[in-house]
Amino acid sequence: MPHNDSVSADLASPESSSESPPLAAPRRRRGLTSIEALALLLIFGLTARPGLTEIFAAPVAQAWAARFVAVCVQAFPFLVLGVVLSAAIAAFVPAGFFHKVVPKRTVLAVPAAGVAGAVLPACECASVPVAGALVRRGVAPAAAFTFMLASPAINPIVVVSTFVAFPGDPEMVAARVTASLAAAISIGWLWARLGKTEWLNLPKHRHHDDGRWAAFWAAIRHDFLHAGGYLVIGAAIAASLNTLVPETWLAPIAEHPVLGVLALAVLAVLVSICSESDAFVAASLTQFSPTAKLAFMVVGPFIDVKLAAMQAGTFGRGFAARFAPAAFCAAVAASVLMGVIWL
Amino acid sequence: MRRDAQAVILLLVGGGMLRLAWTGEYLNYVKPYAFWLIVPAGIILVAVAAITGWNAWRDKQEAVDADGCHDGHGEPKVAWLLLAPVIGMLLVAPDALGSYEAERTGTVLGAEENRSTYPELPDDVDPVPLTLLDYAARAIFDEGETLEGHRIQLRGFILYDGDEPQLARMVVSCCAADARPVKIGFDGEIPSGLEPDQWVEVIGEYSPQQGRDEINGALVPYIEVESITEIPSPENEYQ
Repeated sequence: MPHNDSVSADLASPESSSESPPLAAPRRRRGLTSIEALALLLIFGLTARPGLTEIFAAPVAQAWAARFVAVCVQAFPFLVLGVVLSAAIAAFVPAGFFHKVVPKRTVLAVPAAGVAGAVLPACECASVPVAGALVRRGVAPAAAFTFMLASPAINPIVVVSTFVAFPGDPEMVAARVTASLAAAISIGWLWARLGKTEWLNLPKHRHHDDGRWAAFWAAIRHDFLHAGGYLVIGAAIAASLNTLVPETWLAPIAEHPVLGVLALAVLAVLVSICSESDAFVAASLTQFSPTAKLAFMVVGPFIDVKLAAMQAGTFGRGFAARFAPAAFCAAVAASVLMGVIWL
Repeated sequence: MRRDAQAVILLLVGGGMLRLAWTGEYLNYVKPYAFWLIVPAGIILVAVAAITGWNAWRDKQEAVDADGCHDGHGEPKVAWLLLAPVIGMLLVAPDALGSYEAERTGTVLGAEENRSTYPELPDDVDPVPLTLLDYAARAIFDEGETLEGHRIQLRGFILYDGDEPQLARMVVSCCAADARPVKIGFDGEIPSGLEPDQWVEVIGEYSPQQGRDEINGALVPYIEVESITEIPSPENEYQ
C-alpha cells in the first residue's frame, strides 16, 4: 500500500516526540497520540479516498488488494484464537502443570507433543503464538516446535478437508498425516540435538501485578499486535506473488518427476494458503504427480512466507533463518519418502 | 507505541472486520461460513481495545507524572502495519476477483475428476439451475450423460479468451487468495457486445464440443446457447 507508509510515519512522529523530554511543551500531553492517530486517519480517509480508489482502479491493483485483504480477513480469526489460547496458557495454567504433563526426557516429549498437536483444531496462524506461550511456560523448545509444526497438519479439520478434497483416495490422507508427523518429530529431535537457546529471542512479556485477568488481556493485546503485524507482511508478499507470477510458468515443470515435487514445495511456501484449505488447491493442480501434491500439503503448514514472518516475530530472526530451511527440507524429504512408499 | 494508540489499532481492525460482516462485503474475500469466525474475532478485538483503552485512561488518572508513562513502551513498531489491512478493508474495499484474474488462471476442473456420482437432474424443473463447476464436471467426466434432454441454466460472468467470449465463475476453497476460475465456452449464436465482467444468465443445452484452456491444458466444456440475459452481480460472486 503506497499510502500506508507515509501515514504510519505521520502517525508515529508525534508519538516519538511526545516521549522525549518535553522541552517546548509546558506539560506532558498525555493521550494525544491516539486521538491524533484517529484524527489523522479519519482526515486521511475522507480526503484520500478518491485518490486511493483511483490508484487501486487498475485491475492488477484491485486483484492484489482483494487477495491481501482476503488473506488478512481469513487469518485474523485464527490468529485471535491462537493468541487467546496462548494468553490463557500464560495467565491461567500453573507453571508446574507442563512439568507434570510433558515427559521429562525430550526424546519422549517430542513425539508426545506431535501427537498432542491433533487437539488444536486450527491452522498455522494459531499454532505459532501457542508454541510461543508453551516455550515461555517452560516446555522444552523441541517439544513446542514439534507441536507447532504437527498441529496445523494433522488436526481433525485438516484431515476431514483433505479427505473431502481427495474423495476415494484415503492413501493421500494417511500419507499426509504420516509425513507431517514424521517430519515434525524429526525437526523436534534435530532441535533437541543441535538447537541453541541463544537463537531464540522471545519478546518479553511485562510482569503484571494486577492479577491474572490483567495479564490475560495484556497478553492478547501484545501478541495480536506483534504477530498480526508480521502476518500483514506475509500477506502482502503472498498477495504479490499470487498476482504477479503467471501460472503458465508451472506447466512445463509439471511433467518432470523431481522438478514437479520441488516446484509445488516452493509454491506452497510462496502462496501461503491456510492448512485447512490447501488440500483443495493441491487437488486442483492435476498436472502434477501425487507425490508433488503431497509435498504441497506437507510443506505448506510447516513453512511459508506468512509463517516465516510470524516465526521471526515470535521467536526472533536468528531462529527463523535457521528453522525455515530445516523445516522445508524435512517436509520435502518426508513427503518424497511417503510418496515412494504409498502413492 | 503507546497503549492508547494500540487500543485504536485494535479497535480499527476489530471494527473493520465487524463492518465487513455487517455489510456483507466479507463475501468478496472469504467463504460464507467465515462469518462465524469473523464476528467473534471482531468482538474479541473490540473488547480488548476497550479494556486497553480503559486501563490506559485509569492509569493516567492514578499516576499523573510518575513513571506511569512507560506503559507499553518497547511494543513492536511492526503493529503499525496493521493499518494496511484496515485501509484495505475500509477505504480501498476492493471488488471480488473477476475476469482479469480468470483470464490469467487455468480452469479449475481438475478437483472434480475423482467424483464418483452424478445424480440424475430433476425432470420437473425447466430449465435446471446448475453451478458452473457441476455442469463442467458432468460434461467432461461423465460425457454429459446426465445433462442430455435437459435445459440448463448457468450464472456467471463474461471473460474473453482471445476474441472468444466465455462464461466463468471463481471457485474459492478458503479465501479469495486461492480463487481459481471454472470456464465454459459458448456454442451457437451469441449476442455481440458482451462486456468482460458482465454477469449473465445463460439458458441452453449440453454441447459435446470441448476446448482446451491454454494456461494449464485442462478441458473446457461448451454449452449450446439458447439465450443470454444480463443480470446484476450476485451477493456472493464466488462458488
